[in-house]
Amino acid sequence: MFAFFLSSGLFLGWSLGANDAANVFGTAVGSRMISFRKAAIYCGIFVILGAVISGAGAAKTLGELGAVNAVAGAFVVALAAGATVYWLTMLGYPVSTTQAIVGAIIGWDLFAGALIDVAALEKVILSWFFSPILAALFSALLYKLIAYGMKHVRINMFSLDALTRAGLLFAGIAGAYALGANNIANVVGIFVPISPFSNISFLGLFTLNGAQQLFFIGAIAIAVGTFTYGKKVMLTVGEGISELSPIAALVAVQANALVLFLFASQDLEGFLLNHGLPAFPLVPVSSSQAIVGSVIGIGLLKGGRGIRWRVLGEIVGAWVVTPIAAIFLSFIALFFLQNVFQQKTYIPVEYRITAEAKQRIHEAGIPMAGIEEISGKTYPSAYQFQNALDQHMVLNNTEKNLVLSAAEIDRLVVVNQAANRINDPTITEEQKQAVQQLRGKSFTHRWEMESALAQQSREWKMQPGNKKQNEELKWKLDYIHRLIRSTGQ
Amino acid sequence: MGEGILKRKIGIEKEIDEFLDRVSEAGLLCKQGMDTYLKGDMEVYATYLKNIRDTEHKGDDLRRSLEKDLYEKTLIPESRGDVMELLEDMDALLDRYTGLIWQFEIEHPDICLEFHEDFKELLSHSVESVEADVRSCRAFFKDINSVADHIHKVSFWEKESDKLSTRLQRAIFGRKDLHLSHKMHLRFFVKQIDRIADEAEDVADRLNIYVIKRML
Repeated sequence: MFAFFLSSGLFLGWSLGANDAANVFGTAVGSRMISFRKAAIYCGIFVILGAVISGAGAAKTLGELGAVNAVAGAFVVALAAGATVYWLTMLGYPVSTTQAIVGAIIGWDLFAGALIDVAALEKVILSWFFSPILAALFSALLYKLIAYGMKHVRINMFSLDALTRAGLLFAGIAGAYALGANNIANVVGIFVPISPFSNISFLGLFTLNGAQQLFFIGAIAIAVGTFTYGKKVMLTVGEGISELSPIAALVAVQANALVLFLFASQDLEGFLLNHGLPAFPLVPVSSSQAIVGSVIGIGLLKGGRGIRWRVLGEIVGAWVVTPIAAIFLSFIALFFLQNVFQQKTYIPVEYRITAEAKQRIHEAGIPMAGIEEISGKTYPSAYQFQNALDQHMVLNNTEKNLVLSAAEIDRLVVVNQAANRINDPTITEEQKQAVQQLRGKSFTHRWEMESALAQQSREWKMQPGNKKQNEELKWKLDYIHRLIRSTGQ
Repeated sequence: MGEGILKRKIGIEKEIDEFLDRVSEAGLLCKQGMDTYLKGDMEVYATYLKNIRDTEHKGDDLRRSLEKDLYEKTLIPESRGDVMELLEDMDALLDRYTGLIWQFEIEHPDICLEFHEDFKELLSHSVESVEADVRSCRAFFKDINSVADHIHKVSFWEKESDKLSTRLQRAIFGRKDLHLSHKMHLRFFVKQIDRIADEAEDVADRLNIYVIKRML
C-alpha cells in the first residue's frame, strides 16, 4: 500500500523535474551554451544531492501536503497537482509546482469541508505579480551593470565564452541543489511518517536515514522528469519568450537567484535582523515566474522588440490556470476515490468548545460574548463551526483563528511505540524523550498535546522573538502530531 | 572541467592568431613577390610563389580546424556564424594574394617601367587595407571595444587605392604607343590589385555589423 501511495508523490516529482529544471538551466540550454543532455545530467545529480543532504535537514519535512490529514487524500492531492503540472509541461509552459499543490490542497479543503487557506491563495496570486516584476527589475539592472563593466574590460571572446559557460553551469548546479532541497518535502515529505525504511549504513562512512532514502527515491523521480520531458519548458524559457545571448542567459539566472535570496530567504532576514540591519521584506516569489520576469527584463531593456508577447501571454495564462485546474482536478478525483473506491480521503475534523477550550480562549483575552450559545455543541466541519462563530460572536480574523484552533477536536492517544517511530533527524533526543513521557496519555485538542510537550521539555517551548526557531518548532510539532495521530488510530 | 575549458580556449585563441598571422604574411609575400617580378628576377619569384602557396595551405588548414572546433565544441553559439563568415572572408583575401602572384606567373604582364612605382604603391595600399582588417579582427576577438580604432583605416586605404587605381588606369590608357590589348592587360592587373582593397572594405563593413551584434 505504501508503494502505491508513494507512486503519486513520485509522479508529482517527475512533473516537477520536467517543469522546474527550466528555472535553473532553461536559459543556458536555450542560449545553446550548455547542451540539454549535459544540463539534465548535472541537474539530476545535484537535485539528488540537494534532496538527500539538505532536504532532510530542513524543518519543513512534511511539505505543503502536510495539511492533508489522510494518506489517501494526500495521494489524490499529489496526483492532481502532478497531473496539472504534467499537462502544462506538455504544452511547454513554465509553471509553479508549489502553486499546483496549493490549488490541489484547496480542492481537498473544499471536499473535506476544511477551511480554505486564504493566505496561501493570496500568496499565489501575489507571486504572479511580485516574482516577474522584481526579477525583471533585477535582471535589467544587472544587465546594465555588466554592460557598463564590459566596456571597461579587455576580455577575449573565447575567455568570455568560457567564463559565461562556467557561470551558467555553476548557477545551474546551485539552482538544482536548491531545487532538490526545497522541493523534495513537497514531493515525498507526506510519506515520511508512514515510510517503512530504516537506517542504512554505507561501509560505516555515512548513514542514510529513512527520510533520506525516501528523499533519494523522490529526487530520482525529479531527475528522471528533467531527462525525459525537461527540454520543452527549458526551450520556452531560454528562447521561446525572447532570444537570449549567453551573457543575458547568465544575467537571467543570477537575477532569479538574487530575487529568491533577497525576498524569500528567511535565513537572510534572520541574519540581517540579528545584526541590526534592515531586512528586505519577505514577499511571495516563485522561481518559475521569476525566471520569466528575468528574461522579460532584459528584453525590455533592449527595447522590447525581441519579446514574443503572444508566448508571454500564454505563459501568464498558464500561471492562472495552474491552481484553478488543480482545484478542480483534485476535487473530482477525491470524489471518485471516496465514492467509487471507498477510500478515506480525509479524516473529518470536528469542532467543539470544551471547558478546556473555553479556558484557553478566555486566557487569550478574546471577548467571550456569545460563546455560551455555541459551547458544548459539536460541529462536524470547520466550515460549519465558522458559520456558527460568525452568527454568535464578533471576532476579527486573528481571534477567529485562535478560537478555531482551540476548539478543534483531535482525540490523540500517544501509544507506546510513537516515540520509536520518530525518524526525522532534526528532532533531538530530549524532544524524543518528551514524547516518550507522554505515552498512554490522551488529548482532546492538539494544543493540549503541544502544551504537555512544552511542560516535559524546554526544547518543545516556543521562544518569544526567535522567529526562525519557532518556525522550525512548528514544523516539528506538525510532524509529531501527524505521527501520533497515525500511530494512535 | 575548468582546466578543459581553459585549454580549449587557449587552443582556439592561438589558432585564430596563427591564422591571422598567415593572412598578414601572405600580404608581405605578395608585395615582395611583385617587387621581384618587376625586377625581372623570375628565379627568386618562383620561391615567393611557393612560399605564398604554402602560406595559403596553412591558412586553409587552420581555418578548417577552427571551424571544426567552433562547431564540435559548440563555442560562442551566438557569434559562431559570424566568426565563421569572418574567417572565410579573411581566407578569401589570403586567396586573392595568392591568385595575384599566380596571375603574374601565368600571364607575364609587360609592365612599363614608368608604371612600376604606381603598381607597387597600389599593392601597398591594398595590403594596408587588409592589414587594418587583420588588426580589426584581432581586436574583435581580444578587445571588442577597440575594433573601431582600426576599422576606419580600412576605408582610408581603400579610398587611397581607388584614387591610385583611377590615376594609373588613366595613365595607361593615355599612352599612345601601346596597343589596346596591352593597355587592357595592364588594366586587368590594376583592377585585380584594387579589388583586394575593395574586398577588404566589404569585410570591414560586415565586421562592423558583427561588432554591433555582440555589443551588450
